[in-house]
Amino acid sequence: MKYVDEYRDPVLIENVTREIARSVDRGRHYRIMEVCGGHTHSIYRHGLRDVLPDNIELVHGPGCPVCVLPTGRVDDGLSIAERDDVILTCFGDMMRVPGTRGTPLEFKARGADIRMVYSPLDALKLAQSNPARHVCFFAIGFETTAPSTALTILRARALGVENFSVFCNHVTIVPAMRAILDSPGMRLDGFVGPGHVATITGCRPYEFVARDYAKPVVVAGFEPLDILQAILMIVRQLRAGEARVENEYARFVPWNGNRAALAALETVFALRPFFEWRGLGFISQSALELRPDFAPWDAERRFAVPGVRVTDPKAAQCGEVLKGVLKPAQCKLFGNQCNPEHPIGALMVSSEGACAAHYRYAQRAAEAEPAGV
Amino acid sequence: MALAERKRPRVAFSDERIEMAHGAGGKASRRLVEGLIAPAFANPVLDTLSDAATFSLGGVRIATTADGYVVRPLRFPGGSIGELAVNGTVNDLAVSGACARALMATFVLEAGLESATLRAEVAAMAAAAERAGVAIVGGDTKVVEHGLCDGMYITTFGIGEIDVRFALDPRSVRPGDRVLLSGPIGSHGITILLARGELDLEADVRSDTRSVWPFVDTLGAACGSGVRWMRDPTRGGVATALNELVRESDVAIVLDESAVPLGTQVRGACELLGLDPLHIANEGQFLAIVAAADAPCALAALRAVPGGEGAADIGEVRAEPARMVVGATAYGGTRAIDMLVGDPLPRIC
Repeated sequence: MKYVDEYRDPVLIENVTREIARSVDRGRHYRIMEVCGGHTHSIYRHGLRDVLPDNIELVHGPGCPVCVLPTGRVDDGLSIAERDDVILTCFGDMMRVPGTRGTPLEFKARGADIRMVYSPLDALKLAQSNPARHVCFFAIGFETTAPSTALTILRARALGVENFSVFCNHVTIVPAMRAILDSPGMRLDGFVGPGHVATITGCRPYEFVARDYAKPVVVAGFEPLDILQAILMIVRQLRAGEARVENEYARFVPWNGNRAALAALETVFALRPFFEWRGLGFISQSALELRPDFAPWDAERRFAVPGVRVTDPKAAQCGEVLKGVLKPAQCKLFGNQCNPEHPIGALMVSSEGACAAHYRYAQRAAEAEPAGV
Repeated sequence: MALAERKRPRVAFSDERIEMAHGAGGKASRRLVEGLIAPAFANPVLDTLSDAATFSLGGVRIATTADGYVVRPLRFPGGSIGELAVNGTVNDLAVSGACARALMATFVLEAGLESATLRAEVAAMAAAAERAGVAIVGGDTKVVEHGLCDGMYITTFGIGEIDVRFALDPRSVRPGDRVLLSGPIGSHGITILLARGELDLEADVRSDTRSVWPFVDTLGAACGSGVRWMRDPTRGGVATALNELVRESDVAIVLDESAVPLGTQVRGACELLGLDPLHIANEGQFLAIVAAADAPCALAALRAVPGGEGAADIGEVRAEPARMVVGATAYGGTRAIDMLVGDPLPRIC
C-alpha cells in the first residue's frame, strides 16, 4: 500500500535505528515528547520503544483532542442531545468519552439520538435530509479538524441551512505546548512535532520552541519510519548543540501551511479568551469559538448549555501524565479503577490517549521475544 | 493440574444497564454472559462456555449451538442475514469439531416488512443450507409491532455429531504449537460498517460468509489428532478469539503481524478509520491451534481446499507472558493485543 508500506520497511527501519544508536550520547538521558496523540498511538501500535536505545525516553504529549476535553464540556454537549428535537452528531472518537451521567454511547442506548459521522459535512447532509429536526455537530480537535468544521459552517450559511449548529470545542496546539514548556517540572529535550496539525498550520508556529526555549522540534508523520527518523533528527540536533524546527513530513506539510484552510479558520473562528483543558487547567487564547457573524450556527448561543465545571477525581493524575511528569503506569488509578472499559481520566478513553495506548499495547509486551515464524 | 481444579475466575456483572457494548463480542459481552446469565443456569455442560455445548446422547457425542442474528442492513455485499444465520451456526458446530446435521430457525418479523424481503432471506437460507449440506428441520415465527425490530431477527439452533478424528481441548494447547488462520481477515466487519452508509466511504469489499466445515473436515483428515483448538473469529475478531484462548489455557500467543493475511481494501479501510483488523468480525474464517509437527501438513491441506489459498501460519504458542496475546513486527517491535472493548469505533480527529 503506497505511503504505508515504504514507511514500515524493516530494512529502512533497521538503518534508522542503527543510526540512532550510533548518534546518541551514551552518558546522556533523552526525554523527547511526541506532541500528537496519533504519534502516541503509532509508537505503541508498532512497538517502537523496543527498537530505541534505553536512554531515549518518549514522553506522551497533550495532542489528543478527546483527552484534553474537560468533563463539563462533555456534559454540555450531551445536554443538547437530551432535547427531543435534536440529533447530536460526533466523531467515533467521542462516543466512549464519559460525562458525569454517562458516555454518548450510553445516552444513545437510553434513547438519545446520537449519531457517529466521519465528517461534519455528513452532519450537515443529515440536517438537510431531516428538516423537521435540529442537527448539532459536537466539534472536537486541533487545527487538523477545525478547517472542516469551518468549511461546513460556511456551506451551511451559503445553503441557508438553519437546522444545523456546531458545539465548538476546537483547540489550538501552540498554547498547550507553551503551557507544558512553562510548567515547573518540565525536563524535556525536544519535540516530535504534530504532523497532522502542521499540514494546516505549517512549521512556523513552532519556531518559538526553538528560539525561546532552545529545544529542537521535528514535525513528523505517523508511520514507524517517520517517527524514528524524527527522533534521529532531534538526537542529531542535540548532539550538535542546535535547536531548530525541521520538517520530516515534507510530503504533506508545507512550511507555511495550508493557506486556504487557514483562511477558512480566520473567517469563521475567533480565539476564546480562555478555555479549560482537562489536566492542564485554563489556558488563555487556546481555543476557538464561532465569530458573532455565525451566531445562528453556534450551538452554545442557540441552546442554553449548563456550562458547569466538573473537577476530575482527585486521585486521577491526568495532568501530570499529560505534561509528561508522570508515566501512565505511575498514576495511582492506572489499570485498576481506571481502564479502557471504565475510564476515569480521559487519557484512558481515546486509543490516542497515553494511558489507553499504554494499557492496550504495553502491558508486559516487552517480555515477549519476536516470533520466529 | 487436574482439570477439575482449574476454576474459571469469577466474573462479576455490576453494570446498571445493557449497553450496545454488551453485544459487541468483547469484554463487556463476556461479563454479561459469565457474570449474569451463566451463573443462574450453572451445569457442567454450560460451564465450559464454548461455542457449542457438547454431551453424549445414547452413546453418541453431540454438539449443539444456538445463535441470534441482528444485522443492519439485512443485505450487504457478499451476503445477507439469512445466509449468516445458516453459516454462523454451521461454523460454531464446525469449530467444535462437529459436522452440522440439522438446523432449526426462528424468525422475529416486524409488521410491515415486505414479503419479498422475507422470501429472499428464506431463499438465501435454503441455498446456504444446501451448500453446507445441512437440513433446516423446523422453527418458529413471531411478528412484533412496527418499529420494534429492524425488519427481522433470526435465531438458529444447530445440532451435529462430533467428529471422532478430533480431540479438541483448549487446555491441551502447549508452547511450541502453531496458530493457523484460514484466510484474509476483516472483510465481513468492514463490509457491514461501510454498508450502513454512515461513513460515506466506498470500497470493493464483500462479506466472507461461508461454511468453514470443508476446511475443518480437511484438517481432520490431514492431522485431526494434532488439532488442539479451533474457533471462528466472529465478533471481536482474531484478537478476541485468541485472548479467550490464552485465558482458558494459561499460555501466551505471539503473532507475527506481517504474516496475518489481509486484503488490500480491508487494510486500507482500517488504516483510514484507525481500526485494528485483528478486532474486525469475520464470518467465514477460522483459527486453529495445531501441534508444531503437524502444522506444515495442516497448512498445506488447508491451502488445497478451494477458498483456502490464503491460509497462513500466523504465530506460535509460548509459555510466557502467560494469558497474553502479543504482536511482533518484522522490525522487532512488540505490542500487547487485547480483546476488543465495545464496538470498533472509527478514529478520526
